[in-house]
Amino acid sequence: MAAQGTETHAPSAGEYIVHHLQHLQTGKQSAVVDFSVVNVDSVFYAVTLGVIGCWLLWLAARKATSGVPGRFQAAVEFLVEMVDSQAKGIVHSAQSRKLVAPLALTVFIWIFMMNAMDLLPVDLLPQLWHVTEPAHGLPNYMRVVPTADLSITMGLSLSVLLLCLYYNVKIKGLGGWVHELFSAPFGDKWFLYPVNFLMQLVEFVAKTVSHGMRLFGNMYAGELIFMLIALMGGAFAFTGTGIALAIGHVIAGTAWAIFHILIITLQAFIFMMLTLIYVGQAHDAH
Amino acid sequence: MEVISFVALAAGLIIGLGAVGACIGIGIMGGKYLESAGRQPELMGELQTKMFLLAGLIDAAFIIGTGIALWFATANPFLAQIANLPK
Repeated sequence: MAAQGTETHAPSAGEYIVHHLQHLQTGKQSAVVDFSVVNVDSVFYAVTLGVIGCWLLWLAARKATSGVPGRFQAAVEFLVEMVDSQAKGIVHSAQSRKLVAPLALTVFIWIFMMNAMDLLPVDLLPQLWHVTEPAHGLPNYMRVVPTADLSITMGLSLSVLLLCLYYNVKIKGLGGWVHELFSAPFGDKWFLYPVNFLMQLVEFVAKTVSHGMRLFGNMYAGELIFMLIALMGGAFAFTGTGIALAIGHVIAGTAWAIFHILIITLQAFIFMMLTLIYVGQAHDAH
Repeated sequence: MEVISFVALAAGLIIGLGAVGACIGIGIMGGKYLESAGRQPELMGELQTKMFLLAGLIDAAFIIGTGIALWFATANPFLAQIANLPK
């Protein structure tokens, strides 16, 4: 599996990992936050998977019958019902649910599909890219899990923040919301205004950052562990240790992949639930 | 040399202490879930969703820590910093 760049020299373990953690970028990233650089691979996979997800749901909706549903329709119906019942429990305004429930469904399916890229063999797509790379002269980097890219997950959580702000203003009115910003959580006294405002700011920032970081951290760690497992198999040789490592690779890979099925579903579910909870909070007056 | 050994120790501590916290948390929550399911079995489905949600939240910090520790262990970023230091 670890065949990246074998023509020149076999990469060391550290080089292999570093190479695999490099995005296909439009430029060299010079600072921690650099908006002039686009991670082309993440954007490409995220958009492709989003389109595939929408297409699948559209397919289910187009072929839907009111008679006995097929397996595919039943699965989609189950999913829609699950998200809908969660949304009903958390967001109490039926008007907002028209937007928020489909949003939650989209987020769930999209993030699940992006996470599921982790289950492909780590070197499959990068290797394809590596083989075809001389033909188009682009850098030989490729990361296939969009949610293991902080830019993507923070983008998602920032969109949720914007939605929260929108609903705060829409439900409570601009005046009502500003009043809440200064008078919650401690009380409506003039000397408490700075403290309240500070607390609200901290709350919004912490919510957004932890929302994005949680998904990113889980996927990043999962990807890294898959790479380490791949390295085990890459050390295969016809010696005692080499064969033991290859067997260890298969066992560890299987175990981690099965555990990862749980993680990717759980993280997609958590992201969806927190989206609903944050939007629901925007509806509650303190 | 010193840096490598310190980073190895740090990686062990990050994973180990994170695991302690996450395991205690999951253990307490799982125990409470079973307790409450025994007391009110009709709430089981509802509680299960919430339990999984919380399990993910509890696990997240630990898994993020594991990821960072593994990153330190395999592709140590501090070595590059040392190499870049003016002599």
